[in-house]
Amino acid sequence: MTTLKDLEINYDSPNWCPGCGDFGIWLSLKKAIVELDLNPSKVVLVSGIGCSGKLPYWVKTYGFNGLHGRPIPVAEGIRLANHELTVIVIGGDGDQYAEGGNHLLHAMRRNVNITLLVHNNQIYGLTTGQYSPTTDIGEKNKATPIPTVEPPLNPLSLAISAGATFVARGFAGDTILETNLLKEAIKHKGFAIIDSLQPCVTFNQKNTYSWFYERIINVNEKGHDPTDKMKAFALSEQWPLKKASQDDEKEQIPVGILYKEQRLSWEEGIPQIAKMPLVKQLRQEVDINSLLDELL
Amino acid sequence: MIDIQWMIGGEAGYGIMTTGVMMSKIFTRLGLSVFDYVEYPSLIRGGHNAYYVRGSDEKVYSQKKTVDILVALNHETIEKHKDELVPQSVILYDSNSIKLKNEFSKGILTIPIPLLDMMNDLQIDHLMINTITIGASLALLYDDFSLLQKIMQDTFIKKGEEVVAINTKTSKAGFDFIKEKYNGVFKKKFSLNQQSSLLMSGADAVALGAIRAGLKFAAIYPMTPINSILTKLTQHALSYNIIVKEPEDEIAGINMAIGASFAGVRSMVATSGGGFSLMVESVGLAAQTETPLVIVMGMRPGPATGMPTWTEQGDLRFVMHAAQGDFPRIILTPGDIDECFSLTLRAFNLAEKYQLPVVVLVDKYLMEGHATVKIDKLRLENAWYRIDRGKIVSSAQLKGIKDFKRYILTNDGISPRSLPGQEGGISFSGSDEHDERGLYNEDADMREAMMEKRFKKLKTLEKEILVPQVYGSKNAEITLIEFGSTKLPCLEAMKCLQDEEININVIHFSWVHPFPSKHFIQLVKKSKKTIVVEGNYSGQFEGILRERTGFVPDDRLRKYNGRPFYPEEIIAKIKEII
Repeated sequence: MTTLKDLEINYDSPNWCPGCGDFGIWLSLKKAIVELDLNPSKVVLVSGIGCSGKLPYWVKTYGFNGLHGRPIPVAEGIRLANHELTVIVIGGDGDQYAEGGNHLLHAMRRNVNITLLVHNNQIYGLTTGQYSPTTDIGEKNKATPIPTVEPPLNPLSLAISAGATFVARGFAGDTILETNLLKEAIKHKGFAIIDSLQPCVTFNQKNTYSWFYERIINVNEKGHDPTDKMKAFALSEQWPLKKASQDDEKEQIPVGILYKEQRLSWEEGIPQIAKMPLVKQLRQEVDINSLLDELL
Repeated sequence: MIDIQWMIGGEAGYGIMTTGVMMSKIFTRLGLSVFDYVEYPSLIRGGHNAYYVRGSDEKVYSQKKTVDILVALNHETIEKHKDELVPQSVILYDSNSIKLKNEFSKGILTIPIPLLDMMNDLQIDHLMINTITIGASLALLYDDFSLLQKIMQDTFIKKGEEVVAINTKTSKAGFDFIKEKYNGVFKKKFSLNQQSSLLMSGADAVALGAIRAGLKFAAIYPMTPINSILTKLTQHALSYNIIVKEPEDEIAGINMAIGASFAGVRSMVATSGGGFSLMVESVGLAAQTETPLVIVMGMRPGPATGMPTWTEQGDLRFVMHAAQGDFPRIILTPGDIDECFSLTLRAFNLAEKYQLPVVVLVDKYLMEGHATVKIDKLRLENAWYRIDRGKIVSSAQLKGIKDFKRYILTNDGISPRSLPGQEGGISFSGSDEHDERGLYNEDADMREAMMEKRFKKLKTLEKEILVPQVYGSKNAEITLIEFGSTKLPCLEAMKCLQDEEININVIHFSWVHPFPSKHFIQLVKKSKKTIVVEGNYSGQFEGILRERTGFVPDDRLRKYNGRPFYPEEIIAKIKEII
């Protein structure tokens, strides 16, 4: 049995700001691994750059922290080399929706069997508060003295249209919800994205815990059927808003599993690894004599 | 002695490439040493394509300037290449589309072939007119058509018996045409040889080397001139259980390869300058995380898109300095097809033993050119090769370790690595500077220790550095110094000059970084007059020689017009200075 203690590293602890949403996601991830009883040696956490990117440092599994925007292709390489591993990618809104957008798009299309956990705080925290692809339209901050004119990217409607087969929204302030979503996402065969609302207590004064508590609605508790693609799409379009909202307006933010579909995963379609992972196929001798004969 | 250069020219879309390779196969089976080389613009249909095939009963290293048999599918070919003809050259031309005036008198034989009429008689698509010319070319050289029949069988059998039959019939028509009307006009005599050589392109050699080295994963975004590596690997991916992925871009490609390598399989990427520009950031990632990686980099003229289908050696400095920071890497520069094979084999062992990026720096000239390679030599290399995966901890070793340290400080600079999935080997690899556990660390002493650990690898691998090779006599009047594929025209020039009793030698570098300084200084001490020959404008290689050894050559020859060196140009330069 894997316990929370097994996932603890004994020589360092997170250095996120006190109250950071990352703590909730960190705890939820460890709980999901424990509740699914995953062997930590068979789990690889892959991350990019930003506050989210540090998370793998503080969970005792295998970890790879790559470059900004690039954790998905690293994770894809790991999965193709050894598809017996559980591979979880951890990114931020800048990492996944700006810098790494192209990789995200193609990973969803491929339906590679990884779980993508996006810490979406709608701001660039580590570089001290510039706007991100998910910052609300009309927001002002240190890098945008005039209100932003760019509508936010909608990660969930993008994911549904691009071919992701598990699309969910979580919230760092609700670790029960977050843990359950992670468990379902990890169990899911194919590309699972969880866009996790994650308050940045230092730089985002608008999208705070209480702001979210007032707005989130768990669609699964309201009877939403995640296999209904059109309904899922409609829910995904409910938030973020494309236009600047009035202060007194309280939009509803759907959380939970919006969409789920069974489709052949990338790895399942590759005959080279149908019998065993690539990493177990290594041999000392490779006979190329027949290839040489072809060139005669 | 036989030394013959055949050339076919025409618009793209008429099977010029296929015909060229087939001619190389004919020469190979006639027992000749072969070198071929193709020139074409960056488009699919139209434009001017030229395929040169040279064969000799002595070893040939490169193309030469003069053409002995010119096959012209259009008039442009004659216009562009008439200066390459010499007395006794033969022109086979399409008399349906080309009307020759009396422009060739000095002993040049012109043979009109009504290609379109013949195709109409045979009721075969006119796009196959090249196939008549291959039969006609054979008839000039050799009496027995069955040689070509066999090549047609080997080349097209995968496409079905019908394709074999059409190609055989068409080429036989060309063969018969010449035998009836022009029998014996070409004086050189050939005999069939024992097939001790095979015909390979540089791309074939890299792909085969990678497969032999135990490649399991490649992520390659298509780009000239490395497309044939992708094709070759894909063809054999299933039988060797290799995953070959075409990623969304080169950035994804190199990161996938890093991921696969981190997870424990041998992986590679291949690209050209533009793609490598995109990969640069992750070259540093491989270095910082000490993840083994083989990068095949095929040079072509840049910057930006440059001249996509031509050749140059202008990216040496780029691969040497690519990515921010200061870290060890290895750069290998194969000079010929044999070295493309042997250095690719070596690259995979070096990458895993020393846990760093290894660049195999090639170019269009090598990748798309074919040459005959001695089978025995390849088989020997193949038999000798041992896969050395370096320090990967075994599960038994991990049992005794309580807290595995991935980046433990060692005297040789190499820290044993565990692979994800291994019990007890849990570890962390990251792009940040880190401590022995892999945890990010910005402490001054730790930074020093980690930098020194990584650079210790260079000391450890010193014994593996390939010493520059001297070709020709030890005491020569003139020494040519070169790297990469410039070896080929240099050796050809040396051979020609030796016939004239001019004493030159060639120092070839197939390993340029870390630079084999001591070895070079020892070698060049004996040289009297030195010329650095390289395919770029600013003298990148000469600059490195000077920077690493203080050596300044007497003279230099550089080329940057997208074409490889011709041996004649090197010979002219040498004659100018002696």
